[in-house]
Amino acid sequence: MNWYVMLEGVISLLLIAGGAFAFIGSLGMAHLRDFYMRLHGPTKATTLGIGCILSASMLYFGVTAGQPVVQEMLITLFLFITAPVSAHLLAKTGLHLKLTHVEKTRGKPVELYREEVGEKPVPHPDKGHG
Amino acid sequence: MLDTALWISQALILMALALNVYRMIVGPSMPDRLLALDTMYVNSIALIVMMGLWLNSKTYFEAALLIAMLGFISTVAVCKYLLRGDIIE
Repeated sequence: MNWYVMLEGVISLLLIAGGAFAFIGSLGMAHLRDFYMRLHGPTKATTLGIGCILSASMLYFGVTAGQPVVQEMLITLFLFITAPVSAHLLAKTGLHLKLTHVEKTRGKPVELYREEVGEKPVPHPDKGHG
Repeated sequence: MLDTALWISQALILMALALNVYRMIVGPSMPDRLLALDTMYVNSIALIVMMGLWLNSKTYFEAALLIAMLGFISTVAVCKYLLRGDIIE
């Protein structure tokens, strides 16, 4: 089996995997019911998909041109650095705007005890005054 | 083999872009639409990279890098506007 045929197979596999990951991420963003759930799809799956596609392009141009390529490496590095930052800012914006969430979403936006927000103190049975 | 893989991958990315447009139109709140826009930037970068593979030219990677940087900066700017009501304080 020729070396170039194997390399073409690897590039094709990376391309199809990248497209599938990007599609799954967007499907999760379109389908899930809650903003905090919808944030999961694009931040993880789509970033992995674009990483696969850029690796395929890097492999292809590295083989055909015979020299290593830098631009795809730059794009990959930049996207992998900035995707968590923008996701964090989006989550902060969602918490700030107090978006509604469904019951199954675990972890409430503000995880405080009821006595810490000025409500009636919760009795502690082991302290003797409850 | 590479042509078929490119066709399949481009079709998948196009479907992903259609889903992003759906979320951007329907999206009940502002961060939903912003998240859809951010994902559209990433998917368009994938589309541009695959167009470079299809045409066998390296001209388009600078455009992809530019879209990545401007997408991140615009996402951060709109997030700051939604958080603080102001972008540069």
